[in-house]
Amino acid sequence: MSAVNGLSARLEEIVADFELCEGREKLELLLDYARRFPAFPAHLQRPDQMEEVPECMTPVQMSSEVKDGGIYYYFVVPEESPTVRGYAAIMMEGLNGSSPEQVLAIPADFYLRTGLQHVLTPQRLNGMSAILAHVKRRAAAELD
Amino acid sequence: MAAYAHPEFLVDTEWVAQHLGDPKVRLVESDEDALLYDTGHIPGAVKVDWFTNLQHPVRRDFVTKEEFETLCSNLGIANDTTVVFYGDKSNWFAVYAFWLFEYYGHKDRRVMNGGRAKWVAEGRSLTTTPLAYPVTTYHASTPAKGIRAFRDDVSRHLEARLPLVDVRSTKEYTGELIHMPGYPQEGAQRGGHIPGAVSIPWSQAVQEDGTFKSPAALRDLYQGHGITPEKDIIAYCRIGERSSHTWFVLRYLLGYPNVRNYDGSWTEWGNLVGAPIEKGNGG
Repeated sequence: MSAVNGLSARLEEIVADFELCEGREKLELLLDYARRFPAFPAHLQRPDQMEEVPECMTPVQMSSEVKDGGIYYYFVVPEESPTVRGYAAIMMEGLNGSSPEQVLAIPADFYLRTGLQHVLTPQRLNGMSAILAHVKRRAAAELD
Repeated sequence: MAAYAHPEFLVDTEWVAQHLGDPKVRLVESDEDALLYDTGHIPGAVKVDWFTNLQHPVRRDFVTKEEFETLCSNLGIANDTTVVFYGDKSNWFAVYAFWLFEYYGHKDRRVMNGGRAKWVAEGRSLTTTPLAYPVTTYHASTPAKGIRAFRDDVSRHLEARLPLVDVRSTKEYTGELIHMPGYPQEGAQRGGHIPGAVSIPWSQAVQEDGTFKSPAALRDLYQGHGITPEKDIIAYCRIGERSSHTWFVLRYLLGYPNVRNYDGSWTEWGNLVGAPIEKGNGG
C-alpha cells in the first residue's frame, strides 16, 4: 500500500473524512465506526490485555497476526465504551494489511488531524494514543 | 434494617420506568464515555456531558452560573423539575453532575440507583430517538460553597488534622501509580496522598450490580475508618468525580452534615509546589 502523509491509503481516507466533517458530524462518524466494530475472529486465541487497566480506563484487549507480509489487528472492547470501540475500529480498518514498517511510520499525533479533540476534549483522545502506541509495539515485535 | 438517611435523593429503576413521560421529571444521562448516550438512552433522557457541558471551556473550573442556566434552559429543565441522574461506571459521572446541580442550587435532584448498567441488565428499553424539550427560563443560585473544597481549605484541614478521605484505588493512594498508563495528561508530577488521608476506595460503597450497599454496611465501612457523622470531612480522588460519589454516600445515604468534595483532587495537589505528600500505606 502506498503511504500518504505517513499513513496507509485507507487510514488517510478515514482521517480526511473526519477533516471534512464539522462539529457534531465528527461524533456521528466516530459512532458509525463504533457501530461497525467487528467481532473478534474465532480462529485466534483470546487476546492479551493491552496493559494494566486501572479503574477509570476501558479494558482493551488486542491480538494480531501476519498474513502475506501484512499485519492484522483485532480488538475486544466492551460495548459500553463506544468511543474506544470507534478508535479501535478505525485502527483495524485503517491499518489491517499494512506492513509492520508502515505501521511504525505513522506519526504519533496523526489523529489530531481528525479534529476529534475539539468535540471530545483532548483527554478523551488519549485512548487513541494508547492504542496507537500498542499497535506499534506489536509491529516492532514482528520485525525483531 | 435502618434506612438511608435521605432516601428521597435515590430512586430505583422501577420508579424511573413508571415516570417515563412525566413532564415534571427530567432524566439526565451523564457518562464517562462521550458517545454512550448516543448508542441508546432511556426514553426521554437528555445528555449532560461531564466535560463538554459542565467544565469551563478555558480555565480549570466548572461552567459559570450563567452557562449553567443556559444549559438547564436548553434541556427544558425548570427550577421545579425533578432531575434524575444516571450513567455508566456505577454512576460516577451522574453523581458528579448531581453535585454540580446542588452547587448551583437545583432543589429536586435524585440518583437512579445502579445506573445505566442496571437498567440495561434488567432488559429495559433504550432508544436513539432524538428529542427536544421547550426551552425554559432557569435561574441558578450563587454557588453552594459548603459542598466544595478548594486547595486552601484542604491545607487548613490538614493543619487542623481534620479527616480527609482518599477514594482512589490503593495503588494511586500509595503512590505506586501517578497516572493511568497512556493518560499522562491526566496525571500529576508526584504520587502518593495528602498526609493523614484515610484510604477508602469509592468502589467499596457499591455492590456487584452497581447499587449502593446497605445503610448498615456503609456505616460499618466509613465508621470503621474513623469517618464518623459529627466530623468535618473532605473527600478527594484524581479529578473529583469518584469523590463526588463518596460525597453522595456520606451526605445523603448516611446523612453526614459536613462533607465537601475537593474537585481539584490529586491532579491539583500532586502538582502543587511544596505541598506535603505522604507515600505508602499511611498511618
